[in-house]
Amino acid sequence: MKILTLNFLTCARKACKATNAAFPLHPRDAELEIVETDLNPLFIRNILPRIEWDALREICVELGLPTLPDAAPEPAALFAEPIVPADTMQDADEGAEKQPTQLLQDLHRLLLETTIATGKLVCGNCGHEYAVKEGIANFLLPSHLV
Amino acid sequence: MLPTPSTSHVSFNNVYEPAEDSFLLLDTLSSSTESNFLRTRFSNSHTGQNESTEHNLGAPLILEVGTGSGVVLAFATANAIAIFGRSDLLTLGTDINSFACQASTKTVQTAITEPLAHLGHGKFLDIVNADLTTPIRSGSVDVLIFNPPYVPTSELPDLTLHDTFNTISLETSSTTFEQDSHLLALSYAGGVDGMEITNRLLEQLRGILHPERGVAYILLCAQNKPNEVKERIKNWGQPWAVETVGYSGKKGGWERLQILRIWSACSIR
Repeated sequence: MKILTLNFLTCARKACKATNAAFPLHPRDAELEIVETDLNPLFIRNILPRIEWDALREICVELGLPTLPDAAPEPAALFAEPIVPADTMQDADEGAEKQPTQLLQDLHRLLLETTIATGKLVCGNCGHEYAVKEGIANFLLPSHLV
Repeated sequence: MLPTPSTSHVSFNNVYEPAEDSFLLLDTLSSSTESNFLRTRFSNSHTGQNESTEHNLGAPLILEVGTGSGVVLAFATANAIAIFGRSDLLTLGTDINSFACQASTKTVQTAITEPLAHLGHGKFLDIVNADLTTPIRSGSVDVLIFNPPYVPTSELPDLTLHDTFNTISLETSSTTFEQDSHLLALSYAGGVDGMEITNRLLEQLRGILHPERGVAYILLCAQNKPNEVKERIKNWGQPWAVETVGYSGKKGGWERLQILRIWSACSIR
């Protein structure tokens, strides 16, 4: 399962859902796998407003991934002005596509290409562990916890 | 007409096979009235011009509950531009049947690698093995799609057995007949009036949908007493609205199947 999916998941227990501690779920004993996918820069830009940045930072720390900046990047930090030779500067603004920055590429890799193949997702409120097997997370609860 | 995703890899011994109800959902989502509604609602035109705009609402999240074979979610993902007018959307599914989770994942992945889908498909996230929307973060869903177990039955499948039936046992290495029956029953058995599962989803709906942008498409059959269901939803009050936006099998004023659109009628802009 993709790291981005964790942005939309909480503990499945009704009593936990109302608490702040049930989000994000904490990965444990996670085996990560990189599954490459096409880079779509506009997509990454438009996904940013949906992301709970502090939660994503926390997940990265827990997975031992490189630390993210303190705050979500501004859209301007995702694109660099194209490098244009000096003698063509006059028309540089016309039609030149902005280039994705390293930051944008790193976010693509983190959100869409980094997946949890096996492991557990732990609720910060009740401590319940949800298993991830073959990339599919199991959120079914034993009947006494429903 | 948009192509129907292939489900030829799916074992229909324990996963619901696409049928009239699934196809009605495909037809309704891609109908001109619904795609116009969705395109207007999720229009991205004002965010494309100026990157510093404050109005960037972000990529919409589409959630299908009970994906089964995955044919509906695959269709919505592969035809994102045609249906929603944008490809920067995320699709996510849940199913209580782990075999359906695996099958749906493959169906969606196959559909978006079709050459024709290459231009306008959305981004598929995952299918999670879950009971309805229980692990989905509150207020996060923009579009919810649900083809419920709607057949009236005297009882519901026994969920205390589900844990053992939801995996392949190490001794047998394939599913048993009893197991397959249990898993298939989860896809159709709706209990009293065929509404027991749909009623649980309706209870979760307002908490899961985005309070302003949220829209749900829910399929009902005639035995579900759709008019009573609609009356109940009307009683939710502002901003919720409900309308029948698709039907099939019309005979003498009776629609065998129909699709309700339930949406927040808040003015967004």
